[in-house]
Amino acid sequence: MTFEVFLQMFPIALMFSAPIILTALGGLFSERSGIVNIALEGIMMVGAFTGATITVLLENSTPAAAWIGLLGGLLSGVAFSLLHAVASINLKADQVISGTALNILAGGLTVYLCQIIFHQQRTRAFSYGIKKLSVPGLSKIPVLGRMFFDQVYPTFYIAIAIVLLTWFVVYKTPLGLRMRACGEHPQAAASMGINVAKMRYFGVLISGALGGLGGAVMVLTADIQYTLVSIHGTGFISLASLVFGRWNPFGVLGAGFFFGFSTALSFYAKDIPLLSGLPGEFFYILPYLLTIIALLFFAGKSVGPKAAGQIYESGER
Amino acid sequence: MPARKEKIVLPLIAVLLGFLLGSLIVILTGRSPVSMYAAIIKGFSGIDIINGQPINTRYIGEFIIQAMPIILTGLSFAFASRTGLFSIGAEGQLMMGSISATAVAILVQAPKVIHLPMVLLAAILGGALWGAIPGFLKARYNVHEVVVTIMMNYIALHFNNYMILNIFGSVDKVKTVPFPDSALLKSPFLESITRNSRLNWGFIPVLLAVLIFSFIINKTTFGFSLRAVGHNKEAARYAGMKVNRNIIASMAIAGAFAGLAGGIITVGTFNFGRVIQAAEGYGFDGIAVALVGGNEALGILLAGLLFGGLKAAQPLMQSQGIPREIAGIIQASIVLFVAMKFGIKMVLDKFERKQVPTTEGERV
Repeated sequence: MTFEVFLQMFPIALMFSAPIILTALGGLFSERSGIVNIALEGIMMVGAFTGATITVLLENSTPAAAWIGLLGGLLSGVAFSLLHAVASINLKADQVISGTALNILAGGLTVYLCQIIFHQQRTRAFSYGIKKLSVPGLSKIPVLGRMFFDQVYPTFYIAIAIVLLTWFVVYKTPLGLRMRACGEHPQAAASMGINVAKMRYFGVLISGALGGLGGAVMVLTADIQYTLVSIHGTGFISLASLVFGRWNPFGVLGAGFFFGFSTALSFYAKDIPLLSGLPGEFFYILPYLLTIIALLFFAGKSVGPKAAGQIYESGER
Repeated sequence: MPARKEKIVLPLIAVLLGFLLGSLIVILTGRSPVSMYAAIIKGFSGIDIINGQPINTRYIGEFIIQAMPIILTGLSFAFASRTGLFSIGAEGQLMMGSISATAVAILVQAPKVIHLPMVLLAAILGGALWGAIPGFLKARYNVHEVVVTIMMNYIALHFNNYMILNIFGSVDKVKTVPFPDSALLKSPFLESITRNSRLNWGFIPVLLAVLIFSFIINKTTFGFSLRAVGHNKEAARYAGMKVNRNIIASMAIAGAFAGLAGGIITVGTFNFGRVIQAAEGYGFDGIAVALVGGNEALGILLAGLLFGGLKAAQPLMQSQGIPREIAGIIQASIVLFVAMKFGIKMVLDKFERKQVPTTEGERV
């Protein structure tokens, strides 16, 4: 691989990584609290739709439209994940089924609303989403400057900040400890006076917030409008990053970056002598294949939250 | 409520609530639910209640076409479900069925009596093999089938596209050359009685699949041991059943149903192999069908017809000014309500307790 191609590719890889990392961190909160969330894909779709719609509608009135779009994506993700929370915490629904329902719902609902608002199957295209920036000073550092600080979407820095914040909340605060306890052994947590339902609501709603933000980030950096295929499986890739990153924020960062990099690689492979012979599909398949291999690798070791996916009955032991 | 009654009442309530929610969304977005239901009735029966036109059999043909693959993916999900597995892999298994059918349809030359069964068999085997992989990983390494099947769907998608574009050759980057007639399920007779719909002989293997599903699950020792594994793995192991083998077999058979769906779409609805941009939703439709159908053969057949009709009504809704996606919204809400069955049951039980001494069965 020529070094120049590598340098060009790096900011693109960061762009693809940001939404994966954000959404996977969302999944981390949910699963650590004990609720499996395969609705991440649907949550991203809702966030992406809201982000794109707000940006389109506001871009003539304010230069901050895309940033308001990000906030809107985040909030819509919270609202959408509330359905998952109510279904799986209050109504004791099977979490995988509820998540599946939300994934189908998201596709229908977003395109339905596109038709109502824009009279077409997609949102109108926005003129520009989140703008790239170069960090003054840092971008002048040789090599590293071009990799991380020159013409980079600021959303990547947001993702990094949230990785640190997640690590702090999950491992260094009483809140995080309580949340993890609910994901490992809710009955034991309850016996210590922890409100399991409340902790799980917290986990699921944060996953909605981060998933929605992730979706909005994705559409406002890598796309020009929202369509049914804007997210095309990134929510599932995020889920894979969570597994690959072993339910740990820094693991998620690494895995998310890895998958972002492999996405970018599929665009640049034709310029890289060693890889140009491989079909594009090879790079599309790679993240999914690696996830299965990673799962095999962890097989037999219990790495995920123990109680994730189980319906919590307060009377059980 | 007795368990038997519950299995019928709860899905019906879910369907009712789903349609209610769908109507509410239609009203809230300023459209008319009346034209939505008119479109749905036309999609099912071909009867145009608004303009008072009699039955147009073309719609019935198209409606059955829509129902066929999702009945099969429903059987697929349900079969794995009966063994306690949650397979989201029908979509990918269906694609592997499609690509296997495409291979045999293009590469083999034979008279119809040999070629067509070979094509369908290839589809079944392709799906079964793709299903057996997560089954094996689950049985041997205890890797969770939900994540693996999701990943395998995407692998199948890109594999399918790679094969169509690079191996079978495609001039327009969208589809392969048309298949010879000997590989097709096409029927001029069925087309003629349904005013040139795409109705084809595919419904026969679908009905056979429904019967086979019911037979294996309810009438064979194998089916019994599958269900035993689904109920309690450890107990089944203790009773001397081969749990691991059952898990693999169950996933393979589930894959076979989905693979057949791929075959029927490829040589029935279409007559060429296709590049697929994104998952087409047959897998998720199948999950909805199986959940509403209570994982029973007859229930799946009925639920498949329900959702097939809803899909067939989509273009009609669109032409009435109602975004076609409302069908997906209704379907998703139904699944969500089915998932909430414990909640619905709690409400029903409260309701029942309040109106004390009336006899069971009068209220729903």
